[in-house]
Amino acid sequence: MTTQAIRTEQPLLSVKDLKIRIQMDNGEMKAVDGVDFEIKKGKTLGLVGESGCGKSLTSRALLGINPKECETSGAVLYRSATDQPSEQLNLLSLDPNGKQIRSIRGRKISMIFQEPMTAFSPMYTIGNQIMEAILIHRTKNKKEAKRIALDMLGKVGISDQEKRFDQYPHEFSGGMRQRAMISMALSCNPELLIADEPTTALDVTIQAQVLELMRSLQADFGMAILLVTHDLGIIAQMCDEVAVMYLGKIVEQAPVKELFYNPKHPYTKGLLRSMPRLGGNKSKRLESIEGSVPMPINMPPMCGFYDRCKDRIEGVCNVRDVPKTQISEDHSVRCFLYSDPHGGESQ
Amino acid sequence: MTKPILDVVHLHKDYQTKSKTALFGKPKNVRVLNDISFELFEGETLSIVGESGCGKTTLGRCIVKGISASSGEVIYHTEEEERVDFLKLKGKEAKKLRRDIQMIFQDPYSSLSPRMSVYDIISEPLVANFKLKKSEIDDKVADIAEKTGLNTSYLKRYPHAFSGGQRQRIAIARALITQPRLIVCDEAVSALDVSIQAQIINLLKDLQEQFRITYIFISHDLSIVQNISDRVAVMHLGRIVELASTDALFGSPKHPYTEALMSAVPQPDPERQKSRIILEGEVPNPANPPSGCHFHPRCVYRTDKCVQQAPELREIGDRHYAACHYAEELNLRGVQDESASIG
Repeated sequence: MTTQAIRTEQPLLSVKDLKIRIQMDNGEMKAVDGVDFEIKKGKTLGLVGESGCGKSLTSRALLGINPKECETSGAVLYRSATDQPSEQLNLLSLDPNGKQIRSIRGRKISMIFQEPMTAFSPMYTIGNQIMEAILIHRTKNKKEAKRIALDMLGKVGISDQEKRFDQYPHEFSGGMRQRAMISMALSCNPELLIADEPTTALDVTIQAQVLELMRSLQADFGMAILLVTHDLGIIAQMCDEVAVMYLGKIVEQAPVKELFYNPKHPYTKGLLRSMPRLGGNKSKRLESIEGSVPMPINMPPMCGFYDRCKDRIEGVCNVRDVPKTQISEDHSVRCFLYSDPHGGESQ
Repeated sequence: MTKPILDVVHLHKDYQTKSKTALFGKPKNVRVLNDISFELFEGETLSIVGESGCGKTTLGRCIVKGISASSGEVIYHTEEEERVDFLKLKGKEAKKLRRDIQMIFQDPYSSLSPRMSVYDIISEPLVANFKLKKSEIDDKVADIAEKTGLNTSYLKRYPHAFSGGQRQRIAIARALITQPRLIVCDEAVSALDVSIQAQIINLLKDLQEQFRITYIFISHDLSIVQNISDRVAVMHLGRIVELASTDALFGSPKHPYTEALMSAVPQPDPERQKSRIILEGEVPNPANPPSGCHFHPRCVYRTDKCVQQAPELREIGDRHYAACHYAEELNLRGVQDESASIG
């Protein structure tokens, strides 16, 4: 193998044993508990799970923008694909207010948020806010920054850019604001875009537009996307690889087709079955997962899905932590049904 | 044919806004419900779908008299087969009928008072409407709690102690306790996670079977609508643009808007990435609706006729209504019935 080949094999970002703890009045909450994943250059990784599973905290931890209460440990190793020579950085070890991480935020890794209503400041024009990032990272020339911003607005499908540039966020509709946010996030040509529920607040017709836009921009700019969502439909359409999170852990990770056609973890199976789908059999009862997600406070070492699982094995699943089992080269699952009966990490 | 339970006849709702042209200008009329008519049969589920701002929630609230309609009638067929205009009723009579029509709201975090215990929340409609002994109320609350899957030992707790799914069960129990005949569910499962959503949908279906309740199910999620409803009404900018049985609507839609809505839903199947119709532009502003057919700026099939003339909602097949000039001619794509092999 040539050195060149090894370089392309290297992931853009790899998360290793990420843990986020929050101290609560009634104990320690393990909001994120040992998450590992890799994001490859130009690919889309989907992070899917229900509310409270830690998917948003995980995505924010990459940029170090979680609130102070979150005690974060582990490593987020980032190696720029464009900088020559590039050095590997552990983003978690950087000072969250320091110069180095700020040169990465918005420049190399940028983020779009769920609520386009609250992500913009109501006091500044849209154009001003898009220009801000460009002026920090790309150029000091205001005229040029404005030209880049107008260009970006055009790329995300906002017509009449000159007029829109000087408007305030309240003059934009929800879909337009989300487009403007995407243009802001992409204005510095990032290597990784973190999209946290980017279309949840939008109507289906507008959602289709925004997803289409993200896909075509990915083709143009070649950035990687970390897509955080609860919607399996969006995952199926957008992602190359999927990680399913439950209670702070990744319970299953696989390429998208493998996950949808050959799911292994009982939670993944349950999620896929409980989703009503268009064209499905109407009279059929939806299969639901009984019970609800427990709070991860003072959890004993056991499988978090134990109480809701149909295939649970008493005396096995509820007495120790579940190791990760590699089913095939790129398909892994955290479930005792597939693990080595002798226990231990079977990687 | 089953008995009708509700007739909505030419319902209109206007709001006044301040004119944008001048500070002291004349107020402008915004028509949010425009000539809504449909009938509802006992024991069925009629879903109302549409994008945000299409008036579906306003319609639901007008029916339960949460807000007053500008004109039109909501004829309610009582159990004694009397026909009364629910909107015109006042005082005692209205109060009596309100027991029959209940509502479940979208957000279980804001629809339950944080200062009332679950027992108080569920029993409040009984206390307000019936003169019952304490023991009778206790029995009824325990009974309904059990039917909705709530643990009766938790009744003394307050809403903050419950998860979203549990809270929605409390809201359902409260709606059911007066033994209503009709429940308006306004986005009743939208705020819930997928696995919990399925539980609540199944619960609503079971309760319908058990008590023969009629639902008006307001939702923006077409996958859920297809699963739960007998008939579906599609709304666009204050009008019903298509109304048909679920199978007919999803199998062969007759309005381009319905087709586009269905096509926009992301399918949870990586192999099924069909060519999608992506609507251009956004939902028009109801304060300044487009001429002719309100959908024409976004419609791929539009002609000059659509720009000039507004189509009426008309019957084009067996109880299949659509408001499109070309409903008969267009060959629109529905959703294929695929027994998916996923999961």
